[in-house]
Amino acid sequence: MKTIEDLLRSHPFTEGLEEAILQLIAGCATNVVFEAGSYLFRAGGPADRFYLLRHGTVALELFVPGQGAQTFLTVKSGEMLGMTWLVPPYRWAYDARAVELCRAIAFDATCLRGKCESDPHVGYELMKRFVPVLVQRLQAAQLQRADLYGPAAQG
Amino acid sequence: MATRLEDAASGMRRDAFVPFFVPVRRRVRESADVATLEFDALEAGPAWSGFGPGQFNMVYAFGVGEIPVSISGDPSDPTRILHTIRAVGPVSRALATARRGEPVGLRGPFGSRWPVERAAGHDLLIVAGGIGLAPLRPVLYHALRDRGAYGRVALLYGARTPQDLLFRRELDVWRRTPGLQVRVAVDRAGPDWEGDVGFVTGQFPKVRFDPLEAVAMICGPELMIRAAAQSLQELGVDADRIHVSMERNMQCAIGHCGHCQFGPKFVCKDGPVFPYSTVAPMMAIREL
Repeated sequence: MKTIEDLLRSHPFTEGLEEAILQLIAGCATNVVFEAGSYLFRAGGPADRFYLLRHGTVALELFVPGQGAQTFLTVKSGEMLGMTWLVPPYRWAYDARAVELCRAIAFDATCLRGKCESDPHVGYELMKRFVPVLVQRLQAAQLQRADLYGPAAQG
Repeated sequence: MATRLEDAASGMRRDAFVPFFVPVRRRVRESADVATLEFDALEAGPAWSGFGPGQFNMVYAFGVGEIPVSISGDPSDPTRILHTIRAVGPVSRALATARRGEPVGLRGPFGSRWPVERAAGHDLLIVAGGIGLAPLRPVLYHALRDRGAYGRVALLYGARTPQDLLFRRELDVWRRTPGLQVRVAVDRAGPDWEGDVGFVTGQFPKVRFDPLEAVAMICGPELMIRAAAQSLQELGVDADRIHVSMERNMQCAIGHCGHCQFGPKFVCKDGPVFPYSTVAPMMAIREL
């Protein structure tokens, strides 16, 4: 049976991470499973975890009154999920729904923040992995928000 | 400057400003505001001798006006001319709602082609955004017909919503086609959509290709083209192996009127398909 360290080692997010740091953060991690249709978290709830998705697809949704749930991003196996555990007041800003059976590594946010505070090198190594994903998703969101495929004024 | 088009079959030359008229044989509604018009190419007689992937016709709606529209059919099919048109203005609205039997004027084909021959032997990435799938569909037809000539082939397609996806039946067929990777992403969707949501560039890491060898062909809104080309370059695809189709106000279609001037180029005559390396510097100039 694979240990949580084994699972972490095989995830793209932790690729190249020093073994000592991997061992350290593994102490905050658990292996979790979500059935299709269940929610990993809901908007407004406490952002007390973040996830490394190992299998499956998660839809990130905003509930729009009158329209219902609108998916603005899907996250797939090999990707990470959840940013607001890093930023006070640590509340989820959207819903995360398992589109299919999902397996993930869940990190306890308080535990991980504590390890980052006590060893800035650990925090920096993790930030180097978070920030590119954050920037990439922000840029993609800007392009989606621009509604590029919407009606063009011509012809 | 030449104002005549060479007919490849007969060798005859005809006036590039004079349209030929063909009746609409069929109209297929693709989405709420997009329709594909099918014309019987044989009705055009010697005025039509085929087209290359990426080329366009000037399409004339009687009494309304004329617009450039890419040809979205199979370049190897001599019997049909297909135009996929999005209703956004008076002319495109008239065309997208044209009835069966209604005559429509066509001039063309005009413009440069996607470099399908140059891409032979390489991995091929077809990257489309919105209505940009229409000018790329001939490339896909070509690549599937001559599948052995290419390495890995991938279609990456971004659309606004699941309801805006074009050629849905064909998309289903393409998804099941061996040797073709199909990745579709929409900007937003309801909970019944089980596919990907996100910008199309997010699909690049999900397809298998060799960045050092791949040839990419991109068509869509200009911002999408730039974002896709940028992402591909970050992955290691050389700008010279990225080709894009530009859209400008094309009117004469033969480089006379100057409406589509893009720096030193005329999009109608020198394009619409360009190597990204030649247009990238100009795309950054807002005044162009």
